Amino acid sequence: MTYAIEGWFTVEEDGARLLGTRCAGCGTVCFPPRHGSCPNPRCEGTDTETVRLPRRGRVWSYTNACYPPPAPFVAAEPYEPVTLAAVELDEVGIVVLGQVSGLTVEQLAVGMELELTSGPLADGPLVWMWGRAS
Amino acid sequence: MSVAVLGVGMHPWGKWGRPFLEYGVAAARAALRDAGLAWTDVQFVVGADTIRNGYPGFVSGASYARALGWSGARVASCYAACASGAQALDIARTRILAGMCDVALVVGADAAPKGFFAPVGGDRPDDPDWLRFRLLGAANPAYFALYARRRMALHGSTPADFAAVKVKNALAGSLNPMARYRRPVTAEEVLASPMVADPLRLMDICATSDGGAAVVLTSESYARRHATRYVRLAAVSTVTPVFPNTVLELPDFATDSCAAVPAPERPFRAALAHAAYEEAGAGPRDVSLAEVYDLSTALELDWTEDLGLCPAGEADKLLRSGETALGGRIPVNPSGGLASFGEAIPAQAIAQLCELTTQLRGAAGARQVPDARVGLAANQGLFGHGSAVIATT
Repeated sequence: MTYAIEGWFTVEEDGARLLGTRCAGCGTVCFPPRHGSCPNPRCEGTDTETVRLPRRGRVWSYTNACYPPPAPFVAAEPYEPVTLAAVELDEVGIVVLGQVSGLTVEQLAVGMELELTSGPLADGPLVWMWGRAS
Repeated sequence: MSVAVLGVGMHPWGKWGRPFLEYGVAAARAALRDAGLAWTDVQFVVGADTIRNGYPGFVSGASYARALGWSGARVASCYAACASGAQALDIARTRILAGMCDVALVVGADAAPKGFFAPVGGDRPDDPDWLRFRLLGAANPAYFALYARRRMALHGSTPADFAAVKVKNALAGSLNPMARYRRPVTAEEVLASPMVADPLRLMDICATSDGGAAVVLTSESYARRHATRYVRLAAVSTVTPVFPNTVLELPDFATDSCAAVPAPERPFRAALAHAAYEEAGAGPRDVSLAEVYDLSTALELDWTEDLGLCPAGEADKLLRSGETALGGRIPVNPSGGLASFGEAIPAQAIAQLCELTTQLRGAAGARQVPDARVGLAANQGLFGHGSAVIATT
C-alpha cells in the first residue's frame, strides 16, 4: 500500500503507529516529525530521533464534515460525512487530529479512548485514522 | 503611546463580484473624507494583503497607492492571515510613534470565493494548509467545530446557547448599514439550518465575504491641529503563541507537547488580550464594548472569557442574561460581528477598529453603546497570527 504521506506513520504487524521526533536536548516530542530543530524556544538542540508515538489516547474533541471538503481532498462518491477526532495521546501530551474509521459523531464522546489505525483515502493511499480501542 | 484615529471608512460587505481594489479604494476615500484630509496628505500607506486575488493582492499597499494615484507616499504591505489588518495598523502606528511620519492610511479589502476557503492550488505537500485538506478534509469549520464540541464538554454549552449568539449578533447587524446580513433571525431558524460540522450548523458559521475597510491614523499632535476630538488607538497586540501551545490551531495536525515543558499560564487568545491590556494600561473592567472574531457562534463565547469579560465557563450565562447584547453591561459584537458580515480577511481587523471608533465617537446610531469609553477588538487566524486592539476616547 502507498502511504499518503511518508514518514508520519507506519503500519506494522501489530498495527499503525504515528511517527514523531524526540529532541535529544530537552526531550520534547513532536508530531508531525520535525528534524534538525526543536520547537522549545529555550532549547538549541538539533539532534532528533524518530520515535513511535503511543498508540492510544483520549478524545479532546471531535466533529465531522457534512459536505464534501474542497480539493485537494478527494471525496468518495457517494459522499459519506468524514468524521474527525482530535485525540490527546497518552504520555506525550500531544493532541493529534485524524479521520475516524468506523465511528460516527453520534458514537464519540470527549474523553473516550481511541486507538490508532489506518485506512485508505478515496483515491487509494493510506492515511492514519482513529478507531475504536481494541 | 497612542496615535489618533482621525478617519474611518468602509465599503459595505457583501458578495459583489468586483475586484478587491474597488472595495479598498472606496473605503480609503471614505476614511480620508471622514478625516477631512486629501490622499496627497498621506505620507505612508499600508496595505493588508489578500492572497486570493493575484499579484496585486500580495503588494496591496502599492496597489492601493497606484489606484489612488501615485503620490510618492511611502508604502508597506503585509500578510498575517486574519490578523493582516491589525498588523497593518501596527506597522502604521509604529512609524507614527517613531516620529517618522504624521499621517498614515491603512487599507484592507478582499474579494472572496464562494463556499469553504480552499488552500492555494497546486500540489504542495510541504504546506500544512494544503496537506490538512489532502489528508483529512479538515476545512476551517472543522476546527471551529472542535472548539465548539470541546466547549460543550468542558462548560456545558448547548446548541441553543450557540444559536442565541447568532440571534444576538443578527439583531445588531440588522442595525448596521455596512453588514452583509441585515435580517434578524430566530433561534429556531439557526437550529433548523443544515449541519455543516457537528455541532455547528450553517448559521453558526461565518460566511466568506467581499468588503473593504480603511483608517487614517495620525500623530496626536497632528490630530490636535486638525480635530477637536478624536479617538485614540491605545494598543495593538500581535503577540505570537508561547510554547507549548496546547490548543489545536488552524491549520495544524497536532498541538505542541506539554510533556517536557508545562503549558504557559495564558493560552494564545488570552495572551493576545493580556498584552493589549498591558499596553493600554487598562483591564477587562474598563471595557465598554468588544468586537471579537466570531468565526463561529461558539467561538464568541470562548473569546468573551479569553478577554476576561467573565470567568471561564460563564460566557453562556453572560449571554443568556443579555449582558453581551446591545443594551447590556458589556456588548460583544455590537457591529453584528462576523455573523452579520462574513469574513473579508484582510479588511476584518480594520473593520473592527472602524466599529470601535464609531462607537467611541457616539456615532453608531441605533446600535450605539451608551457612554462608550474603551473598545477592545480581538482576532485570530492561521499560523499563529492574532491580534487585540484597544481604542479609547
